[in-house]
Amino acid sequence: MNAIWTIALKEFRDALRNRWILAASLLLALLALSLAFVGTAPVGNVDVSMMQVTAVSLASLSVFLVPLIALMLSYDTIVGEIERGSMLLLLTYPVSRWQIIFGKFLGHTMILSVATIIGYGSAGCLIAYNAEVTTVDDALIFVSLIVTTILLGSAFISLGYLLSVIVKERATAIGLAVAVWLFFVLLYDMAVLGALVVDQGENMKADFVNLLLLFNPADSFRLLNLTGFDSMAALSGMSSIAGRAILPPEFALFALASWITLPLLISGHIFSRREI
Amino acid sequence: MTITSDNNSICLNKVSKWYPSHKAVTDVDLEVPEGCLMALVGHNGAGKTTLMKLILGLIQPTSGRLSILGKNPGDQSVFKYREGIGFLPENISFDANMTGRELITFFSRLKQVNKSRSLELLEMVGLADAMDRRFKTYSKGMKQRLGLAQALLGKPRLLLLDEPTSGLDPAARRHFYDIIRELRQDGATILLCSHVLTELEAQTDAVTVMNSGRVVASGTLDELREQAGLPLSMRITVKEGMSEQVASPLRAQQATITKLNGRHLELECDPQSKMKLLRHLSEAGSDVEDVELFNSSLDQLYAVFSDRKGA
Repeated sequence: MNAIWTIALKEFRDALRNRWILAASLLLALLALSLAFVGTAPVGNVDVSMMQVTAVSLASLSVFLVPLIALMLSYDTIVGEIERGSMLLLLTYPVSRWQIIFGKFLGHTMILSVATIIGYGSAGCLIAYNAEVTTVDDALIFVSLIVTTILLGSAFISLGYLLSVIVKERATAIGLAVAVWLFFVLLYDMAVLGALVVDQGENMKADFVNLLLLFNPADSFRLLNLTGFDSMAALSGMSSIAGRAILPPEFALFALASWITLPLLISGHIFSRREI
Repeated sequence: MTITSDNNSICLNKVSKWYPSHKAVTDVDLEVPEGCLMALVGHNGAGKTTLMKLILGLIQPTSGRLSILGKNPGDQSVFKYREGIGFLPENISFDANMTGRELITFFSRLKQVNKSRSLELLEMVGLADAMDRRFKTYSKGMKQRLGLAQALLGKPRLLLLDEPTSGLDPAARRHFYDIIRELRQDGATILLCSHVLTELEAQTDAVTVMNSGRVVASGTLDELREQAGLPLSMRITVKEGMSEQVASPLRAQQATITKLNGRHLELECDPQSKMKLLRHLSEAGSDVEDVELFNSSLDQLYAVFSDRKGA
């Protein structure tokens, strides 16, 4: 446990040093604030919580941005260190390869969490400060957005490790990271939609489509945020889907948790057998 | 699976490592007793680094068995014994943005060495003034010294040093060998890869020469000299004009005169006939003013063995 923590702290310190955390926090804060103060302008003076509107827009944008940040953070963590030669030395220390993978994961998750909490959190506080009333529900929705965003990011960190342990060169990992991002964030949904159109509702029932969404961490995140709260579902125009209450949020939560743990475990397994 | 070896820190038994493209190491037997300083020499690509990686458990042998400090290094579940190992890789690479102090603290935590001891080590290798600078600002020699400091963390029982003195200036080199001497007094076993052989001579107990992935010679320097059959050189100073007179009886003893002038003569002879020649010289009385003997150096031995193919 001690070794895991030592490695995690080193990753975290390195990200502070090279201003990774600063850059990611600023990016997320800017995104959240611009959505809050520019994006909600057309809403005008409708009786809708600004916090919730922002949360819905943020959730839709997080799906694109956060996986990208997470993959960029993680894709070269193993293969990069092997290429630079620093892994060689680390592996001669009394540390198991599992401890290295878990330590790095803990460190990277901390980096992403801090960036998300600072970025979205500061935006949330500013919105609350400017709003006339902020209900408990508003706050809850925003906190849930932050928590699920961290889960989404962790899932893609985990996927990034998988890439990092299977490739031989860093350049391959970059290419694969982009491919993974494109697949889960864009192509998967298009494929599901395409299949639905072709199928015309003959064989693919709503249950099945919902199940398909669980096989994508990005969609699991969408399910959680856009249908998890009734008011969010209404705002996001997903109430028709959510209204049927086909899948309780626990399913999506479980799917996300699996997307975090499984790739991580597989990475650890491959890494402990890999020759350096 | 562990091989019982009571007093060998390193024990390799017919170890081979073959890659699809080439045979990096073939049938290597190597035993390094505890407290011994073994020099591993060979051309680039002779398999030295592969051998180090095998010993460290970074790669698995294709065949053969290894026992390092009594453990099989390929067994990933027993990694705790690595506390007793210090390793200095050939190319030192750390996170560029970390300072020397942060790096040594990181490694000392992994080895569970207390912080003050690790800072002492930085002082010992002469990095005390530079420890709060980032690693990327370090010169090659400073990087090497930081590498050495981390290898010495936790008083290792076994030290593996890959080209430890490359990039060090003469003073730092001397300092390095002082450190090595101290470690040996504490009973540490050291396996050292190097191209710079002459400076090793005084320190090594044994030398292993590798060529094309095989061990071509192994033993103490004297044993290797015997195996190599290199001639012994002698330089004799005589009274002015007496050189020819002194040289002629030596020629009769199968000594080859390589250089001859009024005051000096140099010759090469079979090591076994050394004493016979010396007796002849003493008979020459006061004509001979001085005799110097030169054993074949490690460099010469290396040249002989590294051209030989493995048995």
